[in-house]
Amino acid sequence: MRTFWRWLAEKWVLLLGFVLLGYLFVPIAVVMLLSFNQPASRNTTYVLDFETFSFTWHNWTDICGAAGICESLTRSIYVGLSATLIATILGTLISFALVRYRFFGRGSTNTLIFLPMATPEIVMGTSLLTLFLGLQIPMGFLTILIAHVMFCISFVVVTVKARLAGLDPRLQEAAMDLYATPWQAFCLVILPLVLPGIVAAALLAFSLSFDDFIITNFVTGTSDYTTFPMFIWGSNLRGIPPQVNAIATAMFLISFAFVIAGQLRTRRRSARRAATS
Amino acid sequence: MAALLPTASGTPAAATEIPVEPPAGMRRRRWIPYALLAPGLLWLGVFFVFPVFQLAMASLWDPSGSIETGYTFAWSFSNYADAWEMFHVQFLRSLWYALITTVICVALGYPLAYAIAIKGGRWKNLMLVGVIAPFFTSYLVRTYSWKAILSDSGPVVDFLKWLHILPPDGRLLATEFAVIAGLVYNFLPFMVLPLYASLDKLDVRLLEAARDLYHGPVRSFFRVTLPLSMPGVLAGTLLTFIPAAGDYVNAQLLGGPNTQMIGSVIQSRFLVVNDYPIASALSVMLMLTILVLVMIYVRVFGTEEVV
Repeated sequence: MRTFWRWLAEKWVLLLGFVLLGYLFVPIAVVMLLSFNQPASRNTTYVLDFETFSFTWHNWTDICGAAGICESLTRSIYVGLSATLIATILGTLISFALVRYRFFGRGSTNTLIFLPMATPEIVMGTSLLTLFLGLQIPMGFLTILIAHVMFCISFVVVTVKARLAGLDPRLQEAAMDLYATPWQAFCLVILPLVLPGIVAAALLAFSLSFDDFIITNFVTGTSDYTTFPMFIWGSNLRGIPPQVNAIATAMFLISFAFVIAGQLRTRRRSARRAATS
Repeated sequence: MAALLPTASGTPAAATEIPVEPPAGMRRRRWIPYALLAPGLLWLGVFFVFPVFQLAMASLWDPSGSIETGYTFAWSFSNYADAWEMFHVQFLRSLWYALITTVICVALGYPLAYAIAIKGGRWKNLMLVGVIAPFFTSYLVRTYSWKAILSDSGPVVDFLKWLHILPPDGRLLATEFAVIAGLVYNFLPFMVLPLYASLDKLDVRLLEAARDLYHGPVRSFFRVTLPLSMPGVLAGTLLTFIPAAGDYVNAQLLGGPNTQMIGSVIQSRFLVVNDYPIASALSVMLMLTILVLVMIYVRVFGTEEVV
């Protein structure tokens, strides 16, 4: 018994941490559970009641069964990939300028990068809507892409900057001492070292874009370019099809598998490095 | 957008033109940083700064116009008075909810970040994955899931009724509790990640020294750990407060008419009622209020690390 109390005194913070992580998982577990439920009507998709729970595989076997659901998913992926590509390129260029050069206007550039992150999404959504209405740009893929790139850039800059700032500037000098041209030094030394930061930034940008609802709600207008979050929001009145839970569960499991695989790879690599040294 | 593309593709090519120079000098041409910045900053300028100015202009439009007849710019500062008159309840409520949310998020997020950074050991990476795991599913689905958990026939309501905390006809949905619970859940990771980042940088030897100096974990926590993690607390509270104040998803899905937040009002004024001048005035008010609060907050508690 005494050993138990000693163990608890040592580990209670860690245990509390796991309890809090459990709390973060509660709604995810519920979505997984509901993905096997056949609701009485679409209006009870999000009612958790164990007395009326009826098990079914239907939401999984007929995952595209609700009209428009998989089309919206494809659109979200397409918008996400396009926005990620553009935002990652633009943001990476900015972070290189900010970290590796001293120039006039550097402070105000930092402020400009910080501002979109300090602005509530609803303000960006309303201001973009005002812009597009004023210029009479038709709402749709283009307006959504413009908005997504805009709010992703700052997050890319911050992520890549963090990686770049930790880089020893003497590495480039060393490469150039070995007769590399600046361009070679950049491609062969700097870029591979910064690449993990760029990949992290791209993943962040994709998840931000893929899941964005508040801004997208403003810049979709009356167009039928419905992304996945907009599909869920739009189904609110008619009731949400239970397939949404199956797709959300699948999304969770796939991302989780990717992240765990990445973790295992880095762990194995560092273990190998430790073994050889 | 078409105008931006040539610059975007032109910049990497420009970087190749760096002449071979002695590495000791490392001198580069002055225009290179500007060429790197140009495409991204142009995008932010055209699609962030300019629209915000336009929004500010729209908030001063003559309110007697409509989308059919068009609006005229008229320095109508009365829009702000009208907006405040009509919606100050929702406006103040949003700031209040965001404040409560932030306080609860610090209370829950600090122990979690501390557990991961200081006590995590071999569990560290796995626990970090757990913190970002909610992002693997959709924001709206997560919030709907809370709707199911807190629903009238759901387990939480049943349990609270069994404990007689909630009266037999009591409910959680459409109450302040549900809205704040949703906000706390959705923004907790934004609190934990910066807190983790600053706690993880702490030198463990400092904590050991503190324990030797101050006799006891409580005093050493308040004298050493907490002050050193202030940059994380600062960043985390900003990343929680700002989106929470402008959010309308939680209020819309989990709340009722008495818990409406300013985001819902702005959303419906813009997209349903089409009352652009008032809606713009509300947006500008929200942005300025948050900006001023953030500036005061950073000035009082700030360190240089945050921005």
